[in-house]
Parts: sequence; structure tokens; C-alpha cells
Amino acid sequence: MISLQNVSKTFEVGKKKVEALKDVSVEINKGEIFGVIGFSGAGKSTLIRCVNLLERPTSGKVIIDGTDILTLNKKDLQKVRQKIGMIFQGYNLLKTATVYQNIAIPLRLEGVPAAEIRERVKKYLEIVGLADKAKSYPGELSGGQRQRVAIARALAHEPEVLLSDEATSALDPTTTEQILELLLTINKELGITIFLITHELDVIQRICDRVAVMEQGRIVEQGKVVDVFTKPEHPRTKSFVRNKDVFHVPEAIKQQLEKSGKLVALTFLGESSKDPFLATIAKKFDILPSIIAGGIDQLKDQSVGNLLVHLKGTEPEIQKAISYLQAEEVLVEEVSNQ
Amino acid sequence: MSTFLNEWGDTIWQGFIDTLKMTSISLIISVIIGLPLALLLVLTRKGGEAENRIVNAILNTVINIIRSIPFIILLFFILPFTKLVAQTTIGVQGVIVPLVVFTAPYIARLIESALLEVDRGVVEAYQSMGISTSKIIWYVIVREARASIVLGLTIATIGLIGATAMAGLVGAGGLGDIAYQYGHLRFQPDVMYTTIIILIIMVQAIQSIGNLLARKLRKN
Ligand SMILES: Nc1ncnc2c1ncn2[C@@H]1O[C@H](COP(=O)(O)OP(=O)(O)OP(=O)(O)O)[C@@H](O)[C@H]1O
Ligand SMILES: [Mg+2]
Repeated sequence: MISLQNVSKTFEVGKKKVEALKDVSVEINKGEIFGVIGFSGAGKSTLIRCVNLLERPTSGKVIIDGTDILTLNKKDLQKVRQKIGMIFQGYNLLKTATVYQNIAIPLRLEGVPAAEIRERVKKYLEIVGLADKAKSYPGELSGGQRQRVAIARALAHEPEVLLSDEATSALDPTTTEQILELLLTINKELGITIFLITHELDVIQRICDRVAVMEQGRIVEQGKVVDVFTKPEHPRTKSFVRNKDVFHVPEAIKQQLEKSGKLVALTFLGESSKDPFLATIAKKFDILPSIIAGGIDQLKDQSVGNLLVHLKGTEPEIQKAISYLQAEEVLVEEVSNQ
Repeated sequence: MSTFLNEWGDTIWQGFIDTLKMTSISLIISVIIGLPLALLLVLTRKGGEAENRIVNAILNTVINIIRSIPFIILLFFILPFTKLVAQTTIGVQGVIVPLVVFTAPYIARLIESALLEVDRGVVEAYQSMGISTSKIIWYVIVREARASIVLGLTIATIGLIGATAMAGLVGAGGLGDIAYQYGHLRFQPDVMYTTIIILIIMVQAIQSIGNLLARKLRKN
């Protein structure tokens, strides 16, 4: 539905050139939630802004429903934009207008009939759970509530796609969770495709179907969230995925443990997390497994269990245990090798 | 008190009306000229919606030149222009032209800075919704800047009242003229004090109304 093909964007600041995007291609399918993650300055905002041409690519194609929107004139581009909602980190609401007006004014400017405006504002305020705040001003609302208004404003155009530029980055964890929940509902119940960018792994993990990892203007890895999560390949991806508390073992303890065996990181996917693997290998082989750290990550539609385990025993026995686990589709990674 | 009123009441009332007339007419014309100028300044500046170096540079220079000339000098300097536009160079009608030439660029600057305060993010949000630039200018930028514009206009109005006082020099009348003619030249201090008090009350009232209106418009 959205296809960015070989998109590059170079900013010229004085005499200096900043290559914000270098030959980026991504494909966003109808109905999915696609996330882009990357550190600050990676080019994420530039990328998402190329989708509705808030930023015009220096080269490449932006194809939406089969049309390269770079070839459209102003009027036609405005029509396309009306079908693409966008929400921002800074909410970007009119400060001098009530919640109701904030949703109604853009519709009025687009020429939607008054009766329909009233209906839509009511409907979408209810969907975002702010029906009782219609008369409030943005200044009287919390950050999370303001983002809900911005979401309602975007939805009121009944778009096919919603772009989200760090919509939760200014919010606390609980509020973030609520907004993500809302985005999921929008995706599932209204069938709206979502393209979001974030620097927070949690956002990707909670709601995205597919993910692309960006670094210095390039996409270095992309795929299904589960795959990228469990088998990260690029060092940048690993730094995101492995940057989890589970793997933060103090160096001294690590060295101590490595004397008597091996430290391994185990990743269980979905159903496999229910089987008692550790007990089984302890019985089957001559090793003593002990759990150092662990946790479960909830992905959009499955869970991923992470365990840091110490396997005490001789090298051959450890290898046999590892082979056994791998045969059972548990991902095993030797921590000391990293 | 009543003898003073009998003797001066009409003169002062006439002066008050003249001041009010000069101020309000010049203000309205100045806003009509200043607002589009301000929009043009904002739109043509670097990164603006209709970026245009040359137009922006010319506009800035002209505004700066006019703004660097004191009103009293401007008044005489543009006499030929005044004659051309207003058919006369004296009276209330003759002074409107220099007052506008003096105030419109000032108002353009005040409105420009009010417009620049508006969050670029909101403008982007509206662009992303496919709303045309002209609608965004009016319904987003000007709308969001209203409170600051009102405060700017309040300042401009008070400056305008000050300038009308000098308009007496071309026989335009007004409170400032009365204070000067009777109070200073003919040494009637009570007339001078009365007009000064009226001017003070006018300025206070305008500032209070401006503040009140701005607060109502701001909402946050
Ligand atoms: N309008 C602009 N003019 C010049 N350079 C720009 C502009 N916009 C972005 N850049 C540059 O492009 C690069 C990518 O910026 P971008 O905003 O896309 O990064 P980002 O991944 O969104 O970062 P963040 O997480 O901090 O928002 C940066 O080096 C930035 O300085
Ligand atoms: Mg960004």
C-alpha cells in the first residue's frame, strides 16, 4: 500500500550536505503496523515525513496505492494527504481551540458538511475516550489526553494510514502503554494501517508486526518483529535487542561463573516456553543448570522468554545439552562469545 | 469647575474627538496595510511557505528605513506624497497619511513577530492533513497569533496617540495640540493638565482593554 523505493534525502545546510536518507526502500502492507527504530539522528523523522511529502525526497519514489505521489500536483497531493493521518511527538494542536474545535476545524476546512462533522467528532472522541473533554482546551489536558485528541483529529478524516512520529516519546510508561493500546485497537477495529517511528524498543515489541532498524540514513535490517527480536543480525539491531536488563551481568560474576561451565542465553518462543527444558537437560545430561536472570517479553501476538542460564559441567556434556535444546527450537547463544 | 468647563469644555471635547478620529482611522488603515505586509514577511522569509529572498530583503529594508525616521521629520518629509494622496496636507485628513506611513510598518513588525511565535508543528500538522496554504495562514497562523497581535496593536495604538499630538503642527487639532497651543504657548496650565489627564486615562483604558482581550483569546 505504501512503497518507498530507493529514497534518498540530502539536506543542504549552508555549504554542508547532510545525507539524512541513503537509498532507503521499505514496503508497508495494508493492515499491518510497521515500525522503524533507530537512534537520534538516524533519519527516522525524515523517512516518515517523506511518506506524505512533508519532506520531498532528493531522489527515489514514494508510491501510495500504485501512484508515485512525487508526480502529483498540489491539489492531488492534498487529496492523498487527506487519506493519510499523522500524529506527532508534540501533539501539534491549536492552543486557542477547544478539543471539539481541534477536530472540527480541519474537517470544516476540507469542506465536510456540518452535520457530518458533528457526528464524526462525537464518534472519534468516544473512540479515544475523551467524550467528556470536548469543551476543554489543550492547555487543560495531560500529555496523554492531548495525544488522544491528536489521534481523534487524525482519525476524523477516516484515513487509510496513520503515520506516527514518536507519538509516545514524551509520555510516561503508563500513558505510553495506554496510547499503544489505543493504536492497536485502531489498527484492529478500524483496519487502519500504521507506520510508526520510535527510538523505544518497547513500542516496536508491543504493537508492531514488522520492523526496520535504521542507522545513519540506511535501513540495516528489517523483517518480522519476532525474527528480528530473536535472531538479530546487524550489530545495531543487537544493541537494541540485547540492551536488556536480562543480559546485564556484572563482569566479575560472569568470570566467576565461566570457570565452572558456560553462560548461555536461551530464547523461548511462544508455546515452547511452557516445557520444562532445564529440568529435562539436568536429567538427561551430566550438567547442573542454574538460572542467573530471566524475563518474558510480550510481543504483539506471542511471547518471547529470555533466560540467562549457567550450565555447570564438562564441555562435551554442555555441547550435548545445547544441541538438545536447539533441536527443541530453543535459541541458544553463548554469552561469553559476545 | 463649571466656569472652566464652560470656557474650555467644547475645545477639549473637540480635541478628544479629533484625537479619537485620527487614531482610529489611522489604526484601521495601518492594520489593513500592516497585516498583509506581516504575512508577506513571514511567508517570504527563509524556510517560509513562499520563500523569496528578494521580496523579503526589499520589504525588510523599506520597513527599516521608514521606521528609522522620527515621526516629526516624516511628517514634513513626505508632504508631497501626502498632498498627492489626501489632496491636502492640513487638518485631520492631511495627517492621516503620515500617521499611516509611520504606523503601518511598525504594525507589520509587531504582527510579524506575533506570527513567528506560532508553533511550526501545528502548521505541519495541517499541511499533513492536506489543507491549503491560504487556509492554514488564516485559520491556523493568524488564529493562533490573535492574542499576541492584539497586544501588539495595543502598543501600536498608544504610539499612535503620541504621534497624533505632533500632528498639531500641521493644524490637525487633537488633545496634544490643545495641550501645546493653550497650555504651553498661551500658558494655561489647567488646560494642559486636563488634556494630559484625559490622555493618561485613554492610554490606560486602551492597555486594559488590550490585555483583557488578549487574555480571552489566549485560552491556555
Ligand atoms: N530540515 C533539515 N535541515 C537540515 N538537516 C536536517 C533537517 N531535518 C533533518 N536533518 C538532519 O537529518 C538527519 C536525520 O534527522 P531526523 O530528524 O530524520 O532524525 P531522527 O532519526 O528522527 O532523530 P530523532 O530521534 O532525534 O528525532 C540529522 O542529521 C538531522 O540533523
Ligand atoms: Mg525524529
